[in-house]
Amino acid sequence: MRSRSFLTGFLLATGSAATAVVFRRRAARRRERAELYLADGSLVSLVEGQPGAEQLFAHARELLATARR
Amino acid sequence: MGCGSVGSMPSPPAQALADLTEISTQVEAAVVFDREGTVLASTLDDERAGRLAGSALELVRAAEEARPDGGADATQALVQLDVALEDGSVFVAADGDRLIAAITAPDPTVGLVFYDLKSCLRGLADETEPEPAKPRRAPARKATTRTKKDDEKP
Repeated sequence: MRSRSFLTGFLLATGSAATAVVFRRRAARRRERAELYLADGSLVSLVEGQPGAEQLFAHARELLATARR
Repeated sequence: MGCGSVGSMPSPPAQALADLTEISTQVEAAVVFDREGTVLASTLDDERAGRLAGSALELVRAAEEARPDGGADATQALVQLDVALEDGSVFVAADGDRLIAAITAPDPTVGLVFYDLKSCLRGLADETEPEPAKPRRAPARKATTRTKKDDEKP
């Protein structure tokens, strides 16, 4: 009886942890970001909240809307 | 097809875009334009292509301002960019004065899309550049032997 409840608890904990990992990964992937590749090989990555990022996202949204209209 | 589809034979930019959309299934729409906003070819109708090119130019200018140096250093010129949004991604690649902008569905294979866009731009550059003149072969010289006596002659 005791081992059964332990197994149930263990399965629940493992399942919750796995679900949390999947959701975190999906959320991270869905985050809006802009990547600028420069001639010298460097990369500038901008995410939500950084200066200049919102302007880039606004132009990109406009582009998507124009193309899909 | 947009402005590049006039006539029975597609222009090089239109053909390059047709090849791009055939090869890259991730690309939903694309437009080739110059830095003044003139559309060279597009997968959309003329009106939308013009607006797409204008928005892409504004995006490029905003990206140049967002660079760490604020666009002052020429060695750090912007060569390509991608913006990932919830409902899709926007890509822009530049080759000299010519640019290509494309949109895709969310979570595209970024490297592959850039590779296809760059290939399209390179293909256009190859088609529009004049063929280099064939190097002429220098006429065969007669074998001469120089002697000290020849040098001494006035």
